Amino acid sequence: MAQVVKEEWPRLMATLYRDLGDLGAAEDAAQEAATLALTKWLDDGIPDRPGAWITTVARRKAVDKIRRERTGRDKTELLGRLEEPLSDAAPATDDQLGLFFGCCHPALSLEAQVALTLRSLGGLTTAEIARGFLVPEATMAQRIVRAKRKIASAAIPFRVPDESEMLSRLGVVHQVLYLVFNEGAYPTAGSLTSRVDLAEEAIRLAGLLAELMVDDAESFALHGLFLLIHARRPARIAGSGEPVRLPHQNRRLWSQLLIREGQDQLDRALRLERPGPYQVEAAIQALHNEADASEATDWPQIAALYRRLSDWRPTPVVALNHAVAIGEAEGPEAALVLLDDPALSEPLSGYSHYHSARADMLRRLHRNAEAAAGYRLALATIEHEADRRFLERRLDEVSP
Amino acid sequence: MKYACLIYSDENDTTAHPQPGSEAFGKIMEGYMAFGAEAGEAGVIVAGEPLESTSTATCLRVRGGEVTTTDGPFAETKEHLGGFYILDCESLDEAMKWAAKIPTASTGTIEIRPVPDFG
Repeated sequence: MAQVVKEEWPRLMATLYRDLGDLGAAEDAAQEAATLALTKWLDDGIPDRPGAWITTVARRKAVDKIRRERTGRDKTELLGRLEEPLSDAAPATDDQLGLFFGCCHPALSLEAQVALTLRSLGGLTTAEIARGFLVPEATMAQRIVRAKRKIASAAIPFRVPDESEMLSRLGVVHQVLYLVFNEGAYPTAGSLTSRVDLAEEAIRLAGLLAELMVDDAESFALHGLFLLIHARRPARIAGSGEPVRLPHQNRRLWSQLLIREGQDQLDRALRLERPGPYQVEAAIQALHNEADASEATDWPQIAALYRRLSDWRPTPVVALNHAVAIGEAEGPEAALVLLDDPALSEPLSGYSHYHSARADMLRRLHRNAEAAAGYRLALATIEHEADRRFLERRLDEVSP
Repeated sequence: MKYACLIYSDENDTTAHPQPGSEAFGKIMEGYMAFGAEAGEAGVIVAGEPLESTSTATCLRVRGGEVTTTDGPFAETKEHLGGFYILDCESLDEAMKWAAKIPTASTGTIEIRPVPDFG
């Protein structure tokens, strides 16, 4: 039942925002309607058209509030809009897209963008968002209040951007969704199963975005990317709660359904013939998922794809992933040549994954003392607590 | 609604502040004239002025009825307030579009602040 409400949330918020012109007011009305829905539906069952039900109630709540609180021309105008009959058609695509682009407006900080998107489009409560990012609820509430204040006072528009800005603005939306997904899939602290499912929220919102944008290749690819990574989740956590790395995962636990869905979205993207970085990332994950055993992975192709990815994202991390793929495709010596290049080693000197990847290559070459030093550096710069046990075991392996 | 576009740049940066009379200086002046013409024609300029350098600034405070003045700008910063526009725009997006056209945007920073409307 809560799921039904969540699914209606973007459409509901889009309609209310269009009518009320104020994010906070839209949210209040939506929240009141949602609360009522959850109690009423418990008794009466879910209505045939839950969207219409909830929107009607929300509008009624908004009308009541305006009658109580507003005055003058403002009031008559608003009431007029709200009393227009609800059309059967879903709110314009552009209204829902407007929510995405408004919540992810570059004038807001990234943290605010994330919080607003999850609140206004995801329908998560402030408490849920706070828990998802391991931040005190009061802090998260403050963040959202401040962001809404800025939206109102700076008149941040909730509108589909002009074509000239579309590419960069979409990039921001993608970045926000990617951040949410990443936090859900690879949380920086706490157990992998301890939170509200941010990964599933990101997937849902990415799917909605792709649908609303209709023919944006990167949006399809982003959705596909999430699905392809999420498909592996059942295998990613051992009974002990420790993460299982890709080479050691039980591939029979992977969700073939999600893999297929992810592949479909990637195919949709590729058919549009407008290449981009998320399409490359999705293609890499698809290749991983195609291999029914780690040894069967097409590493040369993956290495080539990381090289391609660096055309768009010439970052040390992409270069690192490329080096790891080369290590698999051509052997650890070839990887070490790349890893020891100062262009990589310097910027990544504080990055745990760099040290563990390098240590791994050394271990495979039986250069145990150097490998041990590398694993120690990896532990010293550790980012995800969950990785600690794995690194300690490796360190033991190479220490006599 | 109105937005103040506060123009900040490093007075000691010769790219941002070339010698008056030089070709580079001429280019920047042309840029400002073009901006004035375009934004003016679009009807968005409410006000706009350059300011003399921060070395000509005087800061004044009244505390307990006493007036104190100091020589120089409000704060010692790397970038200094060099001028401003007040623009009347539909939304922040429009203000941002215009701000990007201000010549100093490419060597300094434009701070965009909404002007509250108490009308």
